[in-house]
Amino acid sequence: MKVTVDQDRCVASGQCVTAAMAVFDQRDEDGVVVLLDPNPSAELAEDVRNAAALCPVMAIMVEE
Amino acid sequence: MTGTIDPVAEQTPAFPAARAAGCPFDPPPTVQALRERTRLTRVRLADGSTPWLVTRYDDQRALMADPRISSDVTRPGFPSPSPVRGRPLSFILMDDPEHARLRRMVTAPFAIRRVEAMRPTVQKIVDDLIDEMLAGPRPVDLVQAFALPVPSLVICQLLGVPYADHDFFQDNSRVLINRDVTPEERWVAVDRLSAYLDRLIGEKLDHPEDDLLSSLADRVGKGELTRPEAAQIGVLMLVAGHETTANMIALGTLALLEHPDQLALLRESDDPALVASAVEELLRYLHITHNGRRRVALADIEIAGQVIREGEGVILPNDIANRDPEAFPDPDRLDIRRDARRHVAFGFGPHQCLGQPLARMELQVVYGTLYRRIPTLRLAARLDEIPFKHDGAVYGVYELPVTW
Ligand code: HEM
Ligand code: SF4
Repeated sequence: MKVTVDQDRCVASGQCVTAAMAVFDQRDEDGVVVLLDPNPSAELAEDVRNAAALCPVMAIMVEE
Repeated sequence: MTGTIDPVAEQTPAFPAARAAGCPFDPPPTVQALRERTRLTRVRLADGSTPWLVTRYDDQRALMADPRISSDVTRPGFPSPSPVRGRPLSFILMDDPEHARLRRMVTAPFAIRRVEAMRPTVQKIVDDLIDEMLAGPRPVDLVQAFALPVPSLVICQLLGVPYADHDFFQDNSRVLINRDVTPEERWVAVDRLSAYLDRLIGEKLDHPEDDLLSSLADRVGKGELTRPEAAQIGVLMLVAGHETTANMIALGTLALLEHPDQLALLRESDDPALVASAVEELLRYLHITHNGRRRVALADIEIAGQVIREGEGVILPNDIANRDPEAFPDPDRLDIRRDARRHVAFGFGPHQCLGQPLARMELQVVYGTLYRRIPTLRLAARLDEIPFKHDGAVYGVYELPVTW
């Protein structure tokens, strides 16, 4: 699985961090998403898919 | 005026509509019925205008994230719940890029890690208030003794607003979000709150502290923000930060008391995941922001073979989306074990609630603590004696007499 994020679109809702803490984090200055792991392991796949579905501005792209 | 009645407007269902007697937790049946019949329909507002109403979960989510839809209350055709003067509530009523510029000035303290760091403070606030209730007289009004103080104390600390002023800002916030006040009364309340926040920002300019208003004052000092803009953001954060969460605490408690099996599950579990799941399910089920999201179309948008024309108003009643059986099986059942995370109780798209990480954490602490510390908590009135906020932009209860 390959993950990318769009920081310009991100509105810092934090949904992705709650869904998959090992993969997403937020910038200190404004809470905008930071991608920790662009190639998450298989056991994180479900959480990452959830994060992408929960993101209110579709700023998380997942390639299976 | 000829006095003739527009036959189309006459047949158009009124919005907002009344809830059914005896069903205080369910959306109005007439609006629910619209979802069963159609994906898009016109409704009639109190001012006689007939904006569109989008009924289904998928369509609502797609539209809220659609750049062709605007939150700008000053645009002609915007289906405002009441007449507006200017743009009193800052970026919640603006579009990008201005919305994004201002929103990002206040997102830092709501990052998940920052909010988690506040959890012990919130736990202490909750524990202390419960101690006070247990030591005080019974019955007690849970709204005044607990539901309002918890989020008010928290948002005061985060913003840097003196909690001693809580009567002032709670009273004026209530006027602001009440459906049944005159526009003039609402404007007076906005002016009072704006003047109050302007004064606080002035104080923070001279004596900065470690809080959000000080960081806004700092931006005013650097010329990134005007002082009125900073005060408007402050009003938005203060109002949005306490009323909503307070209503979720009181109405959530009432819903659990009326669903004793669910309350027992929650009380008898010490699994934080179940508490978190209960928070999501109660947000979905109760959906307190019951006026619907309000928008206006910036271009022609087609839905289900019909076209919303540029400049026409659009209402997205998220409460019925949260009861859409396509999105949530058996939607009218409160089930704290279901995965309700995809609810739209915080909206969707670029305006999705900025305070949601904080609201979630506060509700997790409250729902995870209150019923365990007072296991015999019960209503001290009949359900039909409880005054519900049918008239407010945020649904809830005015009072919740409880005993134990
Ligand atoms: C359970 C509690 C809460 C609920 C149900 C709730 C609900 C909502 C909803 C539905 C919106 C979307 C408005 C729209 O799309 O037009 C919103 C926006 C917002 N909320 Fe909340 N909210 C809650 C708690 C909070 C808290 C604690 C804060 C602040 C500390 C807050 C601050 C805001 C702000 C600033 C916005 C505007 C965001 C924007 O326009 O970008 N809310 N909220
Ligand atoms: S869920 Fe989307 S908007 Fe929210 S922080 Fe993550 S990327 Fe940003």
